[in-house]
Amino acid sequence: MTGLIIEGKTASWEVICGLEIHCQIISKSKMFSGASTHYGSDANENVSFVDAGMPGMLPTLNEHCVYQAVKTGLGLNAKINKYSAFARKNYFYADLPQGYQISQFQYPIVGEGHVTVDLSDGSTKDIGIERLHIEQDAGKSIHDMAPDKSFIDLNRAGVGLMEIVTKPDFRSPEEAGAFLRKLRSIVRYLGTCDGNMDEGSMRCDVNVSVRKVGEEGYRTRCEMKNVNSVKFVMQAIENEAKRHVEVYENGGNIEQETRQFDPSTGLTKVMRKKEFAHDYRYFPEPDLLPLVLDDDYIAKVKADMVELPDAKRARFVKELGLTAYDASVICENKETADFFEKAAQGHDAKKVANWLMGDFFAMLNEKKVELKDSPVSAENLGKLVELITSNVINGKTAKDVFAIMAETGGDPEKIVEEKGLKQVTDMGAIEAIVDEVIASAPDNVAAYKAGKNNLLGWFVGQVMKKSQGKANPAIVNKMIAEKLN
Amino acid sequence: MAIDRETVRRIAFLSRLKIEDDKIEDTEDEFNKILNWVEQLSEVNTDGVEPLVSVNDTNLTLRQDEVTEGNQAEAVLKNAPQAQYGYFTVPKVVE
Repeated sequence: MTGLIIEGKTASWEVICGLEIHCQIISKSKMFSGASTHYGSDANENVSFVDAGMPGMLPTLNEHCVYQAVKTGLGLNAKINKYSAFARKNYFYADLPQGYQISQFQYPIVGEGHVTVDLSDGSTKDIGIERLHIEQDAGKSIHDMAPDKSFIDLNRAGVGLMEIVTKPDFRSPEEAGAFLRKLRSIVRYLGTCDGNMDEGSMRCDVNVSVRKVGEEGYRTRCEMKNVNSVKFVMQAIENEAKRHVEVYENGGNIEQETRQFDPSTGLTKVMRKKEFAHDYRYFPEPDLLPLVLDDDYIAKVKADMVELPDAKRARFVKELGLTAYDASVICENKETADFFEKAAQGHDAKKVANWLMGDFFAMLNEKKVELKDSPVSAENLGKLVELITSNVINGKTAKDVFAIMAETGGDPEKIVEEKGLKQVTDMGAIEAIVDEVIASAPDNVAAYKAGKNNLLGWFVGQVMKKSQGKANPAIVNKMIAEKLN
Repeated sequence: MAIDRETVRRIAFLSRLKIEDDKIEDTEDEFNKILNWVEQLSEVNTDGVEPLVSVNDTNLTLRQDEVTEGNQAEAVLKNAPQAQYGYFTVPKVVE
């Protein structure tokens, strides 16, 4: 159990939370127009007259947005609705030139599904998906360019969004955090959304209420809009739940309202009360016919599905012998998983995983480079591990070789060859060094024989030093122990 | 279904329409006339009849995902009452 229970003066309280996540669809052009979705263009350069809400302009649905939504739906183990329809959501805001957002209401393209999340105590939990619908994004308002004006850029207006609504299944900030990370991982694997919360391509609305442990039904919830990191979502849930408990314990009542999360304090403040809440007056979108999909189409999208993180992780555990923990770290990110699989090809997968998660990640961090720009290629990491497992070099030498690889991007086999780092496994050569060390230190030999067992390490160290680190430490250990006993 | 004064005010607010106080009653009457007129449709028995979504018996036409428009900021801004640095500008809106 990972549920968060808040102990109050009069009762124990349980946290109830549901999320709504807006994911920007990866597509070249917008959902209803041929303008580019490119991020970072000059203001209003990627705007068609449809996006600008000019009179008489008609929307035409982008087939790729439909494809991406269906693919994501399949990734959420959800029901694909063969019949869906568009609706107008009416509200006035400066960055919504049409005065309405084309969305889906009664007939979303994707219905119920679930996502399995992994929790810190090793358990898993299924989080229910209520629906996924597609809609257009609004433009961007910039409030800090002038003291008395807001600046509007419509480049984002009309970009395709998937709104994913969960069931109120979260009982703790941890569960919500685990879900968001899993969802981000799934959409990135599928290539349907880049999942960057800090750039706003994935945005999260958080609904929170509390109830006494054992109580049936739900109490009034509050919504926090556009919380833009996993950490902030977790903070918002915890602090908002505590606020509810405090209000109830002091005899007050929670009002349904939209609140704003302030990342600098971690607290929430009221944004709009229910009486000013939007009444969107949805009605069927007259400019678009319903969207009808057939089984062949859905089968075609299914055929394009990639192996998702859960399946990949299970395979890495079962076929490659990784621990569940290592496998989940490696599989969170598709690029990492692909890199690992390439590196582990034909080599000791567990050792490759250790190197990847240890020295390799540390090297990337230190150099501040992305995986795709790594100086050490997957093939070369695999080769390095092979050199260790086949006893060509020992673990200590491997670290030196790795450091050279990180600098030069070189092939470990060549580095070992050129620098003469091959481990000495020739028994005669090692024996000569061992004999030399023993002969040079009669005092230590006597002390060892008198019971100072920890001197064994000193002898091994001397031999390793004389061999310039190239002797196989296991052989040296065994040989010295035999000779001294 | 009848509309009352409060509903008229609320709909006017949501639609950003200014209706003077002395016109509220007239508007209320008009709303109710329209609703009553539409109400007549309920005299027809529609049991088992699928809702008609469109009189066009065709499927939704989709477009390919291609960039075909853009790079026309000047044209887009041409009718804007106020613009600056390539942006539309509006009175400050912060909630």
